[in-house]
Order: sequence, then C-alpha cells, then structure tokens
Amino acid sequence: MSQSTTDPRLLRAPPKRKLRLSWADERVRGIVWQVVVVGIVGVIVWWLWSNTVHNLEVRRIATGFGFLEREAGLPIAESLIEYSPTDTYLRALTVGLLNTLKVAVVGILLATILGTLIGIARLSRNWLLSKLAALYVEVIRDLPLLLQLLFWYAILQGLPGPRQALNPVEGVFLSNRGLKLPWIEWQDAHSFALLAFILGAVATWLYRRQALAKQMRDGQPRRIWPVALGAMVALPVAVWAAMGAPWTVDWPALRGFNFRGGLTMSPEYFALLLGLVLYTAGFIAEIVRAGILAVPQGQWEAAQALGLHPGQVLRQIVLPQALRVIVPPMTSQYLNITKNSSLAVAIGYQDIVSIANTTLNQTGQAIEGIAIIMLVYLTISLSISLFMNWYNAKIALVER
Amino acid sequence: MQPFGLSFTRALGAAAMCLTIALPGLAQAQQAPAAAANTFDAVRSRGQLVCGVNTGLAGFAQPDSQGVWRGFDVDYCRAIAAALFGDANKVRYVPTTAQNRFTALQSGEVDVMARNTTWTLSRDTSLGLDFTAINFYDGQGFMVKSNLNLKSAKELEGATICVQPGTTTEQNLTDWARANRIRFTPVVIERLEELVSAYTAGRCDAYTTDVSGLASTRSAQPRPADHTILPEVISKEPLAIGVRQGDARFADVTRWVHFVLLAAEEFGITQANVEQMLNDPRPEVQRMLGRNGGLGPMLGLNDAWAVNVIKAVGNYGEVFKRHLEPIGIQRGPNALWTQGGLQYAPPFR
Repeated sequence: MSQSTTDPRLLRAPPKRKLRLSWADERVRGIVWQVVVVGIVGVIVWWLWSNTVHNLEVRRIATGFGFLEREAGLPIAESLIEYSPTDTYLRALTVGLLNTLKVAVVGILLATILGTLIGIARLSRNWLLSKLAALYVEVIRDLPLLLQLLFWYAILQGLPGPRQALNPVEGVFLSNRGLKLPWIEWQDAHSFALLAFILGAVATWLYRRQALAKQMRDGQPRRIWPVALGAMVALPVAVWAAMGAPWTVDWPALRGFNFRGGLTMSPEYFALLLGLVLYTAGFIAEIVRAGILAVPQGQWEAAQALGLHPGQVLRQIVLPQALRVIVPPMTSQYLNITKNSSLAVAIGYQDIVSIANTTLNQTGQAIEGIAIIMLVYLTISLSISLFMNWYNAKIALVER
Repeated sequence: MQPFGLSFTRALGAAAMCLTIALPGLAQAQQAPAAAANTFDAVRSRGQLVCGVNTGLAGFAQPDSQGVWRGFDVDYCRAIAAALFGDANKVRYVPTTAQNRFTALQSGEVDVMARNTTWTLSRDTSLGLDFTAINFYDGQGFMVKSNLNLKSAKELEGATICVQPGTTTEQNLTDWARANRIRFTPVVIERLEELVSAYTAGRCDAYTTDVSGLASTRSAQPRPADHTILPEVISKEPLAIGVRQGDARFADVTRWVHFVLLAAEEFGITQANVEQMLNDPRPEVQRMLGRNGGLGPMLGLNDAWAVNVIKAVGNYGEVFKRHLEPIGIQRGPNALWTQGGLQYAPPFR
C-alpha cells in the first residue's frame, strides 16, 4: 500500500555497471569529492574545537561540567520541585527547565484553543465577529513579541499592592504580587484519585478503539460516553471517597508583606503566558482558517446530501481533510512558542535561559552554559517535531 | 545527470571557500595567545582604549544629555587613556550588563573593566581575569519605600526583594537570608532600568544592591525622600578594576593609575595646581611627576604619564567629589589612610 505511493521513477533499477577505478568514472569522482568535503568539514570542526580548548587553557578559564555539582546559591522565585539556594547548579537548571516546560506546555494548549476559536470566528457569517477576529489577527501579528511582553508586565505591575489587593471573590486576590487562589491541601488521597483518573482515561481510550473496530465489522455505532463517565469521573471520586474524602482548603491570607498559602500565579509567569498565547494565537488563527478554506465547498454539500448532520460533516469529512493542511505549519508555531519563551529573561521569569545565564555568569563558563541552553531547546524542539510528525502521519489521508 | 556527485568546478569552489575560512583561522589560532598576552601593545597600536562600563548608573557611568559618558568609573577609563596616550578622550565606552561583563572582557571585546565589579576569589581564579586595584570600597544594603516605616533589614521576613541576577549581591542575599532565617521571594531582572522600575512600581518591597548603587538609584528618583536605605550593610564589596589575565604590564598600568590618583590627593596635587607642583621640592612628588625620571618608562609609559592623568581627571578626592558627593555618597572607608580610611598607595620609588 505504501509502496504504491512511491514515485515509480525511483523504483526503476539503475543500470548495472562495473566500478572502474578511473577518474573518468563519474561514480568514482563522486565518491572522491564526497570524501574530500567530509574531510574538510572534519578538519574545520577539529580546528574550532582545539583552538577553543587551547585558548581557554592559555587564558586560564575553567572548563568542564564539574560546576554542576557545586552549590548554586541563587534564589529562584517559583519552582515545580523543592528547591533551596543550597542545592546544586544541576538542580537549579532542572528547575529552570521545568519552568520553561510549564510555560511552553500551557502556552501551546491555550494558544491552540484561542487560535482555533479566532480562526473559526474569522470565517463566521456574523459580520462583527469576523471583522473583530480579523482586527485581532492583524494587530497582534504586527507588534514585536518582546514589546507585548513588556506591555503586559507593566500593566500587571500597575495593579494595587498586596494590602489594597482586588478581592472579587472570597479567597481570590489580585495584586501586583500576582493572582492568589485558594487550593486544596494535597494529600495521598488526591494523588491516588489522580492516578485513577489517568488509568480511567487509558481504559476509555482502549474501549473506544475496540468499539470502533467492532463498528467497522457490523456497522453499529456504540456509545462511549457512559464508559468515559464511569472510568474518568466515578472511579477517581470513589477512590477519593474510599480514602476518607479529605477536603481542606488552603486559603491565601495577607501576613506581613505578602500573601501566604493558596496557589500563586506570579506576574512574571502570567505576563509571559499571556503574551505568548495572544501572540501565537494570531498565527494559529490564520493557519486554522487556511485549513478550513482548503476543503472544497463541494465536500460540505456532498456530505449534507448523504444525510449527515453538520457536526458529523465537520468531524468526519471536513476536519480530517483540513488537519492535513493545518498540522505541519502548526508544528512550527508550537516550536515558536517554546523558543520565544526564552524572552522570559526580559521580564524576570526564571526559565532555563535565565538560570543558565546566571550560572554561566557566576562560574564564568560561558561555553558550557550556552551548550546546556542549546541542548535543552534542541531536545524540546525535536520532541515536539517528532510527536507532531507522528500525529501528521496518523491523520494523513490514507490513499488506496 | 549526477544525482550525488559534485561537478569538478563546483567542488573546487567549495574547497577553496572552506580553505579561505580555515586558513586565516589557522593563522589566528597561533596569534590568539599572543594577543591575549599583549593587551598593552594591542591598545597602544590601536590608539584607543576600549573600556567596559555600567549600562547606566548615576555617578558611576552614565551618558549625559549630550551623550558624553560621565562618572566615577568613566574617569578611571579616562585616566588610563591619559596615562597611555596623553589624551583622556581616546576611549571607546562599551556598556556591559552584570551578566555579560566577564564574557566581554574574556573575549577581548573590552580591554579593561571599570564597572562596579566585586573582587572575589572565584572570579579572580576561574574567569581568566585579574583585579588590579580597588577603586571603591562598598557594601551591600537594602532600600525600601519610606512609608513602610522599617527600621532594620531584619524586618524583611516574607518580603519580595528585587535583585540583579548573576551578581555577588544575589549570592550575598541568599547567604544573609539563610543566616538570619528570613524567607523572601526574589524578583530577578537583568536590565537595571527594568529592575528599578519593578521596585518603584511596588512589585518588590525592597531593592538590594551595593549601598553606592542604592544611593545612585535613590538620587535619580523624582522624590528621593520617599525611599529609605536601611542601616544594615550585609557584605564587603570591594569594587575593582578588572583586566584579562596574561598581561602583567597592562595590569600594572591600571593599578598604578589608581595609585597616582591616591598619591596626588595625599600630596595635595590637584587638576588646577599640577603644573606648579612640578616644582615641589619633595623627592617623591618629583619622582611621581617625572621630574627626575625613570618611573614612567618602567611602566612602559613616558615620564609625563602621571601629570597627564592628574590633568585629565584630578586626584582621587576630586573625582569622588565631582561624581559621588552629588548623589549623597560619603567618603567613609574610601577616605585616604591618613584620614582613617582604607585607600592607600604604595611608594613611588
């Protein structure tokens, strides 16, 4: 099946010829030149490397990654894992990596949702809605992201201080120290409930696959939502209740200079997330619009003529075709969000770049520091690319 | 058609291109250590000193309304240029942030760094640079809004504190907080302007840096009285001139320019009276000012070097008075040793 899509010209066997060891043979020439080019590239890389090492030695600049084991001594404002300044540089960099992932993952999710809504709104028959969406896209796309980040950060700094914090709902405080929300005190029961939810999600997915396979055989659609409800809602709740249903809310309260307790979203994180999501959503909206417009009108009409209702038309006919157009450029946007998150340095969010910069400044090992930053971004970006390529291959139209 | 091979001429072109990239590079590979060792000759033959300064700190280094750099550290750049060339204006200023200053010096982007940089053991040994002279004895303090009515830094428990990343300040803050069991939330922004605006906007309760920096920031505020510098000084911050390792002669020049400024104050030599002082009978003054020569050439300079330095910027006291007294910084430990301070020059002999 996959072979039939290959260009038939490539399948034609090349003419069999004996390799003559002569300059006149074009294949010999080809091999010689390739060896020469690879050799030159190798020499350049070797020279760059040895020159750097030599100069570092001459200037007595420390080298190597031994510093990762030393005490960092740098304070970090927000961290997903336990961290104190007495921890090592390695741990500090891990905190930075997690902070980068925190903004990138949430940013990708929100930008996709917002971008899709705006893209659909731009195609709406409602004049006001479509014009507003167009205005949004044009304004947001035309302003530099750094400027937008500084703008949102300045706006958030303009909020009242913690003592005059806005308090719209009981337990929710908005001030220039960030957004404070009440949060449940995390206990074992909550961890197990979360585990049950994940297991439930996997079970639902397996059931859906089986149901679809059966539908392919007998043509009978099967209901999935009762299973989903049972596995993903009832099961976790049951687990939580069986373990004593602990429910203690941690309310934020003003003590001294700042709020204590509850969940915090810092102005730095919020400004960065807001800037990235609004900016990237502008691009995603255009990609979604292009994808939907790429499906010919005839497809809609034909599906309706078969008696499918509009939801089915969108899900079964239009979306699979639109996604083929949408997914590849979407991958680029996801990579952009991840890479643009490094602008965090400008507004004081401590991502991997911020912490690696401080590290290289304190240890003076710029080459190692930059290498770490490059390695991190390369790994994240390649992971996103691989996942999106896999997804793209999965949703691509299977031609027979 | 050749699906994989290159045509002969194309390949030749590619090879030639690779060589043109590699060959000057190879030549450079042999020169690089020589260049590192010879900042003195490199600067002299260039005819201009490249000086790394702060990006903008009132009193220390800041461009004025005409775009001319002025300040305490800037005068050190001018003094070194005067010693090397007899002309204090042969300087190009490169503003460096707290995070890129060492890289700028290591890579040769700047020749010398006069930029509120604290001399520490690890910086001295592992960054490929040398500190030559402490031109300002400083210490770290805290500034808060006056309306908080704080009397001591110990009352900062739970506070949010603005601090520049990659500084000794940042490390001192964590040490001090640990020792005093004070919990705080840091806000770290690299650019000084953004950091100060975060403090003034109320994002932080306190701003911490060297006391001189606090005084400088406070003086630049619309209403300086709204800000209070707390009495605690939590660290020693000897701010020193930095040069690349490997050129002892250039290091000596920067070190002795500082000592000329100190000795001039000690002997009462000023920008105004330096010409008359050439006739001063004291032997050490005569040696320093090059009347009965020899000291200048020992440094690789001419005999008029000290006179040129003093003519360009005056003595240490004059430099201090011109730039730091207007922003409210007292001499304190930076008084001469004869006045009970720490500034002391070895003999000119």
